[in-house]
Amino acid sequence: MTIDLILFVGLALISIMAAIAMIVSRNAVYSVLFLVLNFLTVATLYLLLNAAFIAIVQITVYAGAIMVLFLFVIMLLGTERESIGGRIRWQIPLAIVLGLALAGELAFVLLRNDIAQGSLADLSVEFGSPASIGRVLFSEYLVPFEVTSILLLVAMIGAIVITQKQRREGK
Amino acid sequence: MVLLEVVQGGGLFAYAPLIIALPILGLITNIIFGRRLGERFAGIVASGAVALAFVIAILQFLALQVHPEGVTIPIAEWISVGSLSIPWSIKVDTLSTTMMLMVTCVSMLIHIYAIGYMHEDVRFQGDPGRYARFFIFFNLFVAAMMVLVSADNYLMMFVGWEGVGLCSYLLIGFWYEKGEDGIGNAVAGKKAFITNRIGDFGFLIAMFLIFGAVGSLQFDQVFHWVHEQGLANVGVISVATLFLLLGATGKSAQLPLFVWLPDAMAGPTPVSALIHAATMVTAGIYMIARSAPLFDVAQSTANLVAWVGAVTALFAATIAVGQFDIKRVLAYSTISQLGFMMAAVGIGAYVAGMFHLVAHAFFKALLFLSAGSVIQGVEHGHHHIEHGDGKPFEPQDMRNMGGLRSRMKVTYWVYLIGALALAGLPPLAGFFSKDEILADANMENMGVYILLAAAAFLTAFYMGRQILMVFFGKARSEAAAHATENPPVMTIPLIALAGLAIFGGVLNLPGVHKLTDWLARTIEHVHATEFNVLVAGLSVLFALIAIGFSWQLYGRKTMKEGDPDPLRKILGPIFVGMENKWWVDELYDFLFIRPYVAISWFLADVVDWRFWHDWFHDSVLGSAYRNGSRWLAQVFDLGIIDGIGNGLGNITDWGSQRLRVLQTGYVRNYALAVLVGGLLVLSYFIFG
Amino acid sequence: MNIPPAYVLTLSGILFALGVIGVLIRRNAIVIFMSIELMLNSANLALISFARTLAPAQEAFRGHVFVFFVIAVAAAEVAVGLALIVAIFRSKESIDVDEVSSLRG
Repeated sequence: MTIDLILFVGLALISIMAAIAMIVSRNAVYSVLFLVLNFLTVATLYLLLNAAFIAIVQITVYAGAIMVLFLFVIMLLGTERESIGGRIRWQIPLAIVLGLALAGELAFVLLRNDIAQGSLADLSVEFGSPASIGRVLFSEYLVPFEVTSILLLVAMIGAIVITQKQRREGK
Repeated sequence: MVLLEVVQGGGLFAYAPLIIALPILGLITNIIFGRRLGERFAGIVASGAVALAFVIAILQFLALQVHPEGVTIPIAEWISVGSLSIPWSIKVDTLSTTMMLMVTCVSMLIHIYAIGYMHEDVRFQGDPGRYARFFIFFNLFVAAMMVLVSADNYLMMFVGWEGVGLCSYLLIGFWYEKGEDGIGNAVAGKKAFITNRIGDFGFLIAMFLIFGAVGSLQFDQVFHWVHEQGLANVGVISVATLFLLLGATGKSAQLPLFVWLPDAMAGPTPVSALIHAATMVTAGIYMIARSAPLFDVAQSTANLVAWVGAVTALFAATIAVGQFDIKRVLAYSTISQLGFMMAAVGIGAYVAGMFHLVAHAFFKALLFLSAGSVIQGVEHGHHHIEHGDGKPFEPQDMRNMGGLRSRMKVTYWVYLIGALALAGLPPLAGFFSKDEILADANMENMGVYILLAAAAFLTAFYMGRQILMVFFGKARSEAAAHATENPPVMTIPLIALAGLAIFGGVLNLPGVHKLTDWLARTIEHVHATEFNVLVAGLSVLFALIAIGFSWQLYGRKTMKEGDPDPLRKILGPIFVGMENKWWVDELYDFLFIRPYVAISWFLADVVDWRFWHDWFHDSVLGSAYRNGSRWLAQVFDLGIIDGIGNGLGNITDWGSQRLRVLQTGYVRNYALAVLVGGLLVLSYFIFG
Repeated sequence: MNIPPAYVLTLSGILFALGVIGVLIRRNAIVIFMSIELMLNSANLALISFARTLAPAQEAFRGHVFVFFVIAVAAAEVAVGLALIVAIFRSKESIDVDEVSSLRG
């Protein structure tokens, strides 16, 4: 039991429980906050996995911007509460069963994979640093980078257009 | 001269086909133009055609003088099937030319007579438009008769046989809407046709037998076979000739098939004269004469022929004595004289038979035409006095005549000549011809002779009776009192025929025997009959005695209006029998017609209509069909086929109702379905 | 840090399954959306894990770059998605996805 493993297991448990809590929580705001916790634990895992840049991006963009956007919308729509159950009877049990099946299958595959069994090599500090990521990003993956920026622009415009109030005719 | 050279070269024979073609041409012309171009045109065309045919016949006669063995002129191949070959050829020999000459000559005279007679008749009957039709049928008859006499095989003869039978039917029923009950004439025509048909049936069977035995129907081939193998096949020949006799009996009105001829008097008088006295009825005699070789071998049948002829002669003569219709007397007289001819050919006296045939044609046609003249004269008289009391007037009843001697002179004299010829007084033609028959009968068959002599006696008697009743004494009716003579177009042919009746005897005068020699070229075993003074003298004596009897009864004290016939008192019931033709028609009606009609009624009504149509068709077939189609419609079509159609629809509906459940509209359900699919694919990749 | 990649990947799988369950169970559209983000996140975790496994090979960076783009696209997607939810809310007055069932057959 190395310290790595203990850290990992603890973080894993926290993230799993946060995910479960997000799912079952009645209050939408609570769901958001639990998801944020999940993201934070995953970011910590990223750090453990030598992905420093990504970890910070996760926290700033995902947890900081996206989740805040979720919160804004929840506040805007004012739908914190949700009624219990649903109109579809078999949905919830079936979903849980099938979800667990999915999990089982994935575990089954991933735990037997050779590549996943070995130990990890030692790395320098440079691995996963912003500099190294940036170097690759702006050389090899320049086009996807630019396209992504356009994508973000389009998304912005789209979001504004969709939520525009309808103009009345002849005004 | 040129004609002699041509005749000697035999070129005239080539004209023979015209003898059939000319009358046909005449009738076609009349069909197309007859109605439009008027009575005179129709009459002249028809008479002219027959007159030209007579000229052709004379040419054949001349040609035969040089080539007496005759020729056969082929025209076309009619039937050629397997071993049966029936060509259509014209046989010009002495026998056929005799017939051709007689038929065309008499036909020509009668056609001319008919021009005048029919002019009156169509107006009397009320349909002037029918004039042309008469001459069309008349010409058709002549054409058919020519086919009959010129045939060179039995089947072609049969074609002509049937043709004349058809024309006889058409002409008897010429006024088809008149007669008793409005159909009397048509019924008479039908009777003639059907009775003839029975005879035709005999002719057909005979042809089948001959063909079966010989393999051919050509005269020369059949006679050749008879010469070679006749004696070995007497049985077949006897049966065949028996059936030929049946055919002749029908056509020539002998016992038992004579009943049609008196009824045939319903036709116009020229028809009676031509067809039922001179030509068609002689076809049977001609046919037997032509088949002489067969009858020579089949002696038993020949004997039967003679007896049939003799009995018919006497039987018909007795009936003629009791008749009051002027044409009926002549009709029965014809039957009787045909009996004479039949008896002659039966005993082998072919020449005598043919001689009498020709002579009889002359004076019987004369008598009929004169009778027609008398009838028309009386009708004229009837019209003159304007139908005073409205009683139906019978112009043909002799009891309404009398004293016409002074009013219709020409008619009287020619009628007298004809009657005396028929009675057999020398030197008229009838004496020589009838006497030859009696002489031959005396030699060959005494029984036949006795019957024929008795018939001759009665013949003279009833002709005397007729003359006295019609022309002598006082007129017994207003019409007769005003009767008028007829125009020359009618009287001139009468005079011509009277001339033939007077001088016709030269054909075969005893000692000269022209006709015998002539016919000997064609018929074998012909011998010249010696003149038997005893027989001749007896026959003349009997005739004079008979005429004397008639004078006693009808001339001394002529009948007055309303008087009964003097014979009625003398003979009593026998006379009643004579008057009623011995009830032969009634007997036939009882024996044959009634059962036949009953059977056919039964077959038509019960079997055909009620059983077959009503029960079988309607109930059995009809209902089976209806049930079948009902089954098909309801069970099969509605039930099964519609069921399949509807069923498919229902299944689709049911299926879609069930599948509808999946379309919940909830996104989460659809997402679940996606998950399920993804899991399956994943499982496949992991485990499969 | 020497964490067996298998465990990280297993964690990724479990998080993914939880995200799927969340999508299928919840009726609140926003919570469903968040479950989708959870799924994306678990995929990112798997990518980073593989990148660490392949390190220090040159192509290991690809994992990080991929995750970078995933996060960017996720951000764009969230923006548009939430705008959609807002628009639906305007017409339906509810973000219960069970209300959006007019295609029910």
